[in-house]
Amino acid sequence: MKKRDLLMVGVGGQGIVLASDILGEVALAAGYDVKKTDTLGMAQRGGSVLSHVRIADKVWSPLIKEGDVDVLVAFEKLEAARWSYYLHAGGVAIVNNQSTPPLSVSLGTHRYPGDKEIEGTLRQRADRIYFVDGTDKAKELGDIRTLNMIMLGCVSFLLPIDADIWKDCISQRLSRKILKMNMAAFDKGREEMSSANLR
Amino acid sequence: MKKLLSGNEAFALGAYHAGVMVASAYPGTPSTEILESIARFDDIYAEWSTNEKVAMELGLGAAYAGVRALVSMKQVGLNVASDPFMAASITGINGGLVVIVADDPGAHSTQNEQDTRHYAKLAKVPMLEPSDSQEAYDLMAIVFEISEEFDTPVLVRSSTRISHSKSVVEVNRSRAATTKQASFRHDVEKYVMLPVHARLRRPLIEERLVKLTAYAETFAYNQIIKGERHLGVVSSGVAYQYAREVFPEASFLKLGMTYPLPQNLLHQFAAQVDRVIVVEELDPFLQESMLAMGIKVSGKEFIPRIGELNPGIVEEAGYRAGLLAAPLRKKADLPQGLPGRPPVLCAGCPHAGIFFVLNTMGQRSKLLDARGKSEKEGKLIITGDIGCYTLATYPPLRAMDTTACMGAGIGQALGMEKAGVGSKVVAVIGDSTFLHSGITGVVDAVYNQAQVTIIILDNGTTAMTGHQDHPGTGISARGKKTKAVELERLVRGIGVEDVKVVDAFDMKALRAAVRSSIDNPELSVVIVRGACSVRLRKRSGPRAVDMDKCDDCETCLKLGCPAIQKLDEQVYIDVTMCAGDACTVCEQLCPKKAIGPLTAIGAEESR
Repeated sequence: MKKRDLLMVGVGGQGIVLASDILGEVALAAGYDVKKTDTLGMAQRGGSVLSHVRIADKVWSPLIKEGDVDVLVAFEKLEAARWSYYLHAGGVAIVNNQSTPPLSVSLGTHRYPGDKEIEGTLRQRADRIYFVDGTDKAKELGDIRTLNMIMLGCVSFLLPIDADIWKDCISQRLSRKILKMNMAAFDKGREEMSSANLR
Repeated sequence: MKKLLSGNEAFALGAYHAGVMVASAYPGTPSTEILESIARFDDIYAEWSTNEKVAMELGLGAAYAGVRALVSMKQVGLNVASDPFMAASITGINGGLVVIVADDPGAHSTQNEQDTRHYAKLAKVPMLEPSDSQEAYDLMAIVFEISEEFDTPVLVRSSTRISHSKSVVEVNRSRAATTKQASFRHDVEKYVMLPVHARLRRPLIEERLVKLTAYAETFAYNQIIKGERHLGVVSSGVAYQYAREVFPEASFLKLGMTYPLPQNLLHQFAAQVDRVIVVEELDPFLQESMLAMGIKVSGKEFIPRIGELNPGIVEEAGYRAGLLAAPLRKKADLPQGLPGRPPVLCAGCPHAGIFFVLNTMGQRSKLLDARGKSEKEGKLIITGDIGCYTLATYPPLRAMDTTACMGAGIGQALGMEKAGVGSKVVAVIGDSTFLHSGITGVVDAVYNQAQVTIIILDNGTTAMTGHQDHPGTGISARGKKTKAVELERLVRGIGVEDVKVVDAFDMKALRAAVRSSIDNPELSVVIVRGACSVRLRKRSGPRAVDMDKCDDCETCLKLGCPAIQKLDEQVYIDVTMCAGDACTVCEQLCPKKAIGPLTAIGAEESR
């Protein structure tokens, strides 16, 4: 596999840091060099969250250069649009169909962009955009917090790494009590990608 | 064995393997996880100290007693700890003393971007800088030896991008089997810094520096990596990774020790290449030192001195300096007009209610324009502090006028009152911050008969850094029950007579307590108590908006609760975020009684 630079973005509280941690561990287990770093800002919840994951034979910088991202994994639509300029031309985007309005939208000082605008922004860089109903599927599974494993399942669909390695790494990081539900979420993510609304 | 570790985890594991016996810290992003990680090991004493000064003194005491000690903090923490740190330099140590300080270029989570390397020069102690997690782990094996060999505390500089990046670490050591037993050797000329003793120690410090400089010349982590002759890059820390990626052909002198500098090695490197540049984050620390050595070097002419670097910024600098050919591909346009998503107080945050009260009582919505500036003096002046609650500065709460550093709000309030401002001054401070450095401010207020109101927001944790315990919680860094310091007894003990404790989620009680306190011409303290919502184990009874009753007055939105959202002209509550029965603040506020439990209102009416 040639280098893969992945950018995972979303809203604080969506489980992005754990998902990108596991992605890093999967890459290591598959024999690659890997670096990952999160940009969290100050808050525990609610702010914009960004995880850089770099996989290659040798990685120097933990931060991905703007315009070098191969796969953008967005847990929320506005965040997908915001970080789309990090993609290289012809990149891939996986976008969870969820709108979480920031405070400025709720307070009426700013407008949440429409679906067409978001897709248009992504389209400037991305050749393939997978829209997945991750939040709905997580609710169906019984816990919104399984969204991150659904998204991880989606990512796994695009990387040439054996599914068993993914499951191994997931089971090392999650407690037994919640493992079954999260494994189902991971499978659900893979399934979603094969039937995703590819645009 | 290969492991994927953050810089902070690698520091902790490396220090543990180096036989550290005592570790102390006060939480501070991005350094917090060092102590959290080391506290998981059994055969080590690890504590959250009251503040960085105490942490440093504790480390120093342990080192005097002959064992290895690790003290960790963020860069501004070293300001708090600088007094004992400077003292440690002059007395020296016995067991190794290592101080890890995490800088925050870009000020991701700090009030400034100070460059800790200046402290090494100020204190005349060695400074080491790892450039990834492997080096963070490896250097820990060496720094304690340097400390003991040269009788000095050792500074290790991390940064947000070292501390909070994970990279692969080959773990090839285990805990040193024979660790020294603590024993203190009486030696007043070394440990009692009376002026007469300090003058005796002073030449030793200069001798130490000369020896350290010689050591730096052959230090294995000061390393020349031969590449092409046309460009030589001197770099350290994470900046080295960016430079290596951007200038793959260049020769490098990678410095693992950035103070004192290896003068001969630097001259030798400069002679091997046609042009020397320095790629360093923040101040031109290396560059100025090299210029003073008479080496022709550039760097800050094209590498920014403000903010965090990244490969893109270093590449741009390479174009400007004529080191790289201009790029072929076009950069994407930045998306325009998207609403930002700054950090906010969480749904169910115990701070939301009290700031709503301060906002309305101080009529602050009228006071500030969109940029937070106003010519008018408010009905209340609110001096703030460091913690999640600093976010109440922003709309819609807009209830904070100052934030400088830990504990500063109380002293600032006293200063404003004594200066004679017309408005009532209220100081707002969190529980952990109060214990860190607010107590002495209250002592001053009692002694000098201040008339301010001090509001202590007690959420029972150090929330912003990720929920560390503190003296007020009575739980240790290892999760064991200890003795809690009770805030109300503490402030009463200092001599405050008007002390109220009020439930953070009871809006009526909050309003009454604040009103009576600001009306009191004497000093008053209000302790607002309510658990941090992130720590809620079980959530029940999410609230909903009854659309038949809601008249769209938007009062609930003025709380700034992220669960209360408005999209497509409709206010609704995100049930997956709402803290429910534990909070109910929006329900208490709604003038139309349109908010209630989802079970009572029903999903149909609510959305």
